[in-house]
Amino acid sequence: MGAPLITFDKVWKSYGQGEARVHALAGVDLAIRRGEFVAIMGPSGSGKSTAMNIIGCLDTPTAGTYSFMGVDAGRLDRNRRAMLRNLYVGFVFQGYNLLARTTAAENVELPLIYRGVASRERRDLAMQALAQVGLVGREHHTPAELSGGQQQRVAIARAIVTRPTLLVADEPTGNLDTARTHEIMELLTKLNRELGLTVTMVTHEADVADYAERTIRFLDGHVASDTANLETA
Amino acid sequence: MIWETVRLSLRSIRRNVLRSFLTLLGIVIGVAAVIAMLTIGSGTTQKVKADISKLGSNLLVVRAGRPAGPGGPGGLDQVVRPLAEKDLAALVAHLTGARAISPASQKQVRVIFGTESLTSGVTGTDSAYLDARDWKLVSGRPFSDSETRSGTGVCLIGETVRQQFFGAGDPEGEIIRVNRTSCKIIGLLEPKGYTGFGQDQDNVVLMPLHAYQRRIAGNRDIDNIYIAADDRTPTGELQPRVEDILRDARRITPDRESDFGIRDMTQIADAMASATTTMTGMLGAVAGVSLLVGGIGIMNIMLVSVTERTREIGIRLAIGAHEKHILIQFLVEATVLSLLGGIIGILIGLALAGLAAVTLTIPFAPSPAVILLAVGFSALIGMVFGFFPALRGARLDPIDALRHE
Repeated sequence: MGAPLITFDKVWKSYGQGEARVHALAGVDLAIRRGEFVAIMGPSGSGKSTAMNIIGCLDTPTAGTYSFMGVDAGRLDRNRRAMLRNLYVGFVFQGYNLLARTTAAENVELPLIYRGVASRERRDLAMQALAQVGLVGREHHTPAELSGGQQQRVAIARAIVTRPTLLVADEPTGNLDTARTHEIMELLTKLNRELGLTVTMVTHEADVADYAERTIRFLDGHVASDTANLETA
Repeated sequence: MIWETVRLSLRSIRRNVLRSFLTLLGIVIGVAAVIAMLTIGSGTTQKVKADISKLGSNLLVVRAGRPAGPGGPGGLDQVVRPLAEKDLAALVAHLTGARAISPASQKQVRVIFGTESLTSGVTGTDSAYLDARDWKLVSGRPFSDSETRSGTGVCLIGETVRQQFFGAGDPEGEIIRVNRTSCKIIGLLEPKGYTGFGQDQDNVVLMPLHAYQRRIAGNRDIDNIYIAADDRTPTGELQPRVEDILRDARRITPDRESDFGIRDMTQIADAMASATTTMTGMLGAVAGVSLLVGGIGIMNIMLVSVTERTREIGIRLAIGAHEKHILIQFLVEATVLSLLGGIIGILIGLALAGLAAVTLTIPFAPSPAVILLAVGFSALIGMVFGFFPALRGARLDPIDALRHE
């Protein structure tokens, strides 16, 4: 598979000063290859969210090196990281985070606006992405007119409309019931297999983590375990 | 991209119509006040200038009595030595640079024709008066020199007098009674309308000076001497000459003050115009304060807007918006908001000025430059006062912003 997509080399992330200094990450080493589907687990305060923020180029390490696609992303400024996110990363959040009173299609188009894509092309790409997540016919609905599962599908469409390399999902099923959870996980698995999309996903639920090929458990700022899952599906 | 942003900001303004409108109110009131003030101000200035030029520009008016204040006649404490015919004769003989010199004595007198009567401004003067005041005849003829000299009972009437007595008919040749004397109408004056001080300039009767003195005033005094400067001579230059000649004619020794006053109509026009300008400027400054308050309102509401939409900013930043995108989004929103206020303000201001123009009978004089300035200024207010809130939004940390409830 060549060089890993994501590499943590003795990554530290610390907050506060002196006595009150807290280490969210304490020298984490980690590598994720292109096309992998990784679940990240751990109790709250274990450092998994911090790790996810760094993976998604939203945050930078205090010490150590985070490289993304061979680029030292931890040393990039805000705008360069914004550009990396726009070009290579898609985000899915627990609370969907769609723009209210804005149609599904317009929500999906949003990342393309910041890429400078022309209006007509944006519309076409948004329609394709909505088709990929099975939301044909819902383009002009606003989030308030969609169910939780549908809103999360819109969010996934928004994440993949830019054809990213990496999908960062932060408890994507946290707000959904069991049936909806499995639908969304099937969708993520399909995108991982069919598009070769690398997926990193934070979750609390073991059966959600089972959809991934690999589970990384965080504890007290360290990687506690890193195991390959048995093929379930 | 910019069009997208403008559309976005219009949508967000529409979502909070009431709030947006209340925010705009400061700008609306400020701009409306500025536009109304400046438009009414320039209309008033035009009106005053036109009025004064109706009185006759390049005109000096000599009056008996020491001048008190700028050009006014003396108080009641002094015994006024009236102007006399020899003063007029001296001016006619010696003054250079004058186009016309004419005496005038005036009184409000009851004028009667048939069963109708009217109190009118009756002036005794000579044939140079029309030239001096720049008045014209619509029909008939001015007094002849012999009529002036002998004081024949003839007169010229204004439009108001004609309407009162003759309706649509031709007044020429008719005899009217002025006080206890009768007088034949020989001409009709061109209508001039009201002065800025509300005086009907058409309710007048002109008659030869000697006729007036003998039959109406009962003395040989001259109230005023009107002197119109010719085109090459500024009134400022003419004034000292008039003063010299009159001091000489009235035998005033150099150690004493003149016992007559000379009013310069051009100066009065300038003074009134500049007073209007000063007033306009001061009111404009007050309106400027309102604009400042409006700007602070915009800043306040933009801060609220940025806080309310922290999560939205987080989403936008996460999916790849640069700082400048967020900055531009909120700057455009603030600018569109205040520009909207500016446009509404301009419309209200023009409407107010239009209303004032009708009620005050001044010309409606909107200035494109002022309107453009108001548009530019309100946009500028949006940018200036929107900048800080926009920057605050743009500088948000995407992680914190996404966590914001």
